[in-house]
Amino acid sequence: MTSATLTPGAALGSQRVSEDVRYYEDAVRLFVIAAVFWGVVGFLAGTFIALQLAFPALNLGLEWTSFGRLRPVHTSAVIFAFGGNVLFATSLYSVQRTSRQFLFGGEGLAKFIFWNYNIFIVLAALSYVLGYTQGKEYAEPEWILDLYLTVVWVLYAIQFIGTVMTRRESHIYVANWFFMAFILTVAILHLGNNVNVPVSLTGLKSYPFVSGVQSAMVQWWYGHNAVGFFLTAGFLGIMYYFVPKRAERPVYSYRLSIVHFWTLIFLYIWAGPHHLHYTSLPDWAQTLGMTFSVMLWMPSWGGMINGIMTLSGAWDKLRTDPVLRFLVTSVAFYGMSTFEGPLMSVKPVNALSHYTDWTVGHVHSGALGWVAFISFGAIYYLVPVLWKRSQLYSLRLVSYHFWTATIGIVLYITAMWVSGIMQGLMWRAYDNLGFLQYSFVETVAAMHPFYVIRAMGGVLFVTGALIMVYNLWRTAKGDVRIEKPYATAPHKAAVGAA
Amino acid sequence: MAQKEKDALSGVETTGHEWDGLRELNNPLPKWWLYIFYVCIAWALVYYVFYPAWPLGKSYTKGLLGYSQREEVVQKIAEGKKAQEKYLTAIAATSVEDIQKNKDLLAFAMAGGRSYFNENCAACHGAGGQGAKGFPTLADDVWLWGGTTADIYKTIQHGIRADDAETRGTVGMGMTAFGKDGILNKEQIGQVAEYVLSLNKRSTDAAAAEKGKAVYEENCVACHGDQAQGSVAAGIDVGAPPLVTANWLYGGDKASLVETITNGRAGVMPAWAKRLDDATVKSLAVYVHNLGGGK
Repeated sequence: MTSATLTPGAALGSQRVSEDVRYYEDAVRLFVIAAVFWGVVGFLAGTFIALQLAFPALNLGLEWTSFGRLRPVHTSAVIFAFGGNVLFATSLYSVQRTSRQFLFGGEGLAKFIFWNYNIFIVLAALSYVLGYTQGKEYAEPEWILDLYLTVVWVLYAIQFIGTVMTRRESHIYVANWFFMAFILTVAILHLGNNVNVPVSLTGLKSYPFVSGVQSAMVQWWYGHNAVGFFLTAGFLGIMYYFVPKRAERPVYSYRLSIVHFWTLIFLYIWAGPHHLHYTSLPDWAQTLGMTFSVMLWMPSWGGMINGIMTLSGAWDKLRTDPVLRFLVTSVAFYGMSTFEGPLMSVKPVNALSHYTDWTVGHVHSGALGWVAFISFGAIYYLVPVLWKRSQLYSLRLVSYHFWTATIGIVLYITAMWVSGIMQGLMWRAYDNLGFLQYSFVETVAAMHPFYVIRAMGGVLFVTGALIMVYNLWRTAKGDVRIEKPYATAPHKAAVGAA
Repeated sequence: MAQKEKDALSGVETTGHEWDGLRELNNPLPKWWLYIFYVCIAWALVYYVFYPAWPLGKSYTKGLLGYSQREEVVQKIAEGKKAQEKYLTAIAATSVEDIQKNKDLLAFAMAGGRSYFNENCAACHGAGGQGAKGFPTLADDVWLWGGTTADIYKTIQHGIRADDAETRGTVGMGMTAFGKDGILNKEQIGQVAEYVLSLNKRSTDAAAAEKGKAVYEENCVACHGDQAQGSVAAGIDVGAPPLVTANWLYGGDKASLVETITNGRAGVMPAWAKRLDDATVKSLAVYVHNLGGGK
């Protein structure tokens, strides 16, 4: 028989390799708890430093609480602590199921990775606050912490890839391609960008092996691909497992997944120079960075198409399932950010946008809209499964979280668009006699109201996350909120009426 | 063996694989997606023909347009300079007094002065010359080194207590630290501070102020003048502020006065002629003169 009918909704996977053996889930639970904890910490830190920008007195006059030291605490907390723990949780959860195999190296290895990765996070954050940093964006930890992370990451690579290699399915599922690309490339990036010479073996301070514009280029090769492989490829892995799972629909196009995977992997790695437009980086390198960024547009959108079109035939679920709403909205934000990115890499646009808040807004439409939203969707999916509950405590609360966070994001990115473009225009404004129209401090003063709006967006985003914490806590306890359920199949009624 | 199935909702075949209940449809690549991807690649290839693009050992492909970012910026700066050349030459050749009398030059110097001021001076003197503690207000009529355009021009050029042969004052020398150097004791300092307060009718201890008058006459007159009118009004070139106005460089309350008398003061300003060209310094002098307090 070569053709059979696939019934929608019948494809809920089993939780067991066989009837009496369960997949390893203890470590996954730990990763989920850590992800939620670090998420709240990271969002709070972000909101606090946003308020510092609007109201500088909040630097408190102390070196440890100044913006310069807290900013890497925020970025590391959201990217590596929140995002990292989400990636560990989702990848180690889904790879077992899509490979029909236990974790290679066992549950103990997964727990070892959990504790050591999170100890690394704590040590890194402490070192920033105390003033130790390599001064490289998203690669701030000093050399000894880099070595520590390398050990943890290699173990993670062995566990994940080992599981895929010992799989009991003939093919490797698409989510696992993305997870593997993420794990391998992040390892290479981490090693490449942290070739540093320690001042002494007993001190934390070190200096990059290469200097000047070469060092800048290595840093942005790393920095852009941290976005590309940590926050994009890794989270596309999450998307490819959790969107079809939650929608109970097949992935839209296998062919598109292959083509956009390989084009994305190949093109992304060259796009870094667009961070160094109009610097001492040679013209030819800037050209390559720009053109590869533009060519990257469609490969990025391949993931969006596959994510959104997977819902064809199940659109009605968006009305009744706010968890799926998180997942799908994240893919929409992903599409928006990956259009904005290539646009900003084009040199004449970059001449306006570079060094302004527009960049900050762009990063956050990706980080809040894409990364955090798909994480929330995956976490809402995972917690009832991992804690063996039949359902979430409350779907209505998920919906409140969704709307609070969405309004927060919209406030954030629109404020940064206006502020960033205004800032760029003010910097380049000349009067009719050829003199600069504005001093730097005048541009800062003009941005104040938008900084306040941005911070308000952050407050809403944190509020949403706290609603999530409460909902997950009650779910884990096994409570179910008495609330009006979402109508199960409103589209059928509509079809019937028509 | 993989089993291909037909999805009931879309009627599209799956690839026949299944993982944990997940399947994949065998939809083709969306045409619009593929064509836009091709267009982006084609645009990149065309761009490579015209612009610097590929490294070749120590050189690189230059592109048909011969574009160079560095040359572009050099050219733009030259264009900007050329557009201002007429005015800049005229300003360099004209005295600061005469610039004020020429409507066109004045307008240009004011526009340039404002821009230069915001870049170079506002960090200490505040936007619009509003001043800050230790940094004189430039928008009022109290001047430590003279308030005519020529005075201001010289001050900006050579700085105050700066590393410059013609600088105002003397490097490292300012107001004497009467307390620290043991010239006056605490009681005398309190008395003279009370006397200074009495000059603005703010003294609350007439007896101390009376004693302070004697201390003042013995120690302060040489710089601040017999009427406390300040060095400019007294015709002394030391930069000592008047003590009879409501403007205070380091604070006019009793605690600030005691601090000043005890430790002395010696404000410093860089000699800007070493950093900025003459037309720029002249424009700044004209701008500062017109902030409101020029004499």
